[in-house]
Amino acid sequence: MIIYGVAALAACHLAGVILGDLLGIILGVQSNVGGVGFAMLLLIVVTDWLRRTGRLPALSEQGILFWSAMYIPIVVAMAAQQNVVAALAGGPIAIIAGVGATAVCMALVPVVARIGGQDEPLPPLMAQEA
Amino acid sequence: MEMITDILVKNGLVFAFVTVGVVMWLSYQLSDRLSAGRLHGSAVAIIIGLVLAWIGGIATGGSRGLADVPLFTGIGLMGGAMLRDLAIVSTAYGVDIREIRKAGAAGIAALALGIVMSFVVGALVAAAFGYTDAVSMATIGGGAATYIVGPVTGTALGASSEVIALSVAAGLLKAVLVMIGTPFVAPLIGLNNPKSAMAYGGLMGTTSGVAGGLAATDKRLVPYGAMTATFYTGLGCLLGPSVMYLALLAITGG
Repeated sequence: MIIYGVAALAACHLAGVILGDLLGIILGVQSNVGGVGFAMLLLIVVTDWLRRTGRLPALSEQGILFWSAMYIPIVVAMAAQQNVVAALAGGPIAIIAGVGATAVCMALVPVVARIGGQDEPLPPLMAQEA
Repeated sequence: MEMITDILVKNGLVFAFVTVGVVMWLSYQLSDRLSAGRLHGSAVAIIIGLVLAWIGGIATGGSRGLADVPLFTGIGLMGGAMLRDLAIVSTAYGVDIREIRKAGAAGIAALALGIVMSFVVGALVAAAFGYTDAVSMATIGGGAATYIVGPVTGTALGASSEVIALSVAAGLLKAVLVMIGTPFVAPLIGLNNPKSAMAYGGLMGTTSGVAGGLAATDKRLVPYGAMTATFYTGLGCLLGPSVMYLALLAITGG
């Protein structure tokens, strides 16, 4: 059933966020540390195990793939509720700090990505796949 | 008419699906017709989303963009942290764990470098504008990391509300820039494989920025970038009021 896939995804999400909050408390930070990252690792490990033991039929899989396909529309909704007015109203300090940090960090991507050898680009995407 | 708006308000999330669906359709049409597909439809959609957020913010004076308009409160639920994180987690389905292990060292280096460089840039800009005390410099530096690290650092150190507001603005601007800019800079910085995406997530850190920016570039890169970006804000909140502040204190002499 599709709900099994959705439930597995949701359970991984919650477990990861709880783990991230616990880590935040242990480190003494008022923030979640890596919750979504832990959730992703959990989902990868759990679904891999379920698939290998034949307990993840295609229908259950659809429950996860649906949310994955909804990702871009959800991100668009996220963009539509950003505080863009405040972002633009911060004056020169905020603009220079924001633009400067973004530019410097973007420029460092090729440097960091070279650690441990360069990777091949992904194959080109099919037109309708996106 | 009132009856219809009433129904739309009551069915906020359902109406949000329609609204975003229309925005997506429009975006892909614009992408095909005006840029011959060169600017990805999802990039256009995110830009339209940000413009709508700006319009909503101007119209209501609120802080949640279009979601502050009563008719569009459902956008707030659809694009809120809960469903956003669920969707981000779901993109990890089918990811090859070996890719993540291979890029682990680069990811950790990216996180450390991304946080430190953001603090350095933010603190330098703050000092250039006359905020030469370590508290203000650390707070604006935190804002240059993300719009959460800034206020968390500022609150912990007792920064003025004016400085905290500046740090939030810097972080918001970074998120918006990363969302819009990623597809344009991707070819220049080799952002086309899982490893560079993990480096990108760790260096940029803003989850919403990275989530939107990579979606507009190549959806297959999303899980790798999100994986590292999700550690960034927490680590920034950890380092900001401690290591970064103490380093700035040592440099400025109090």
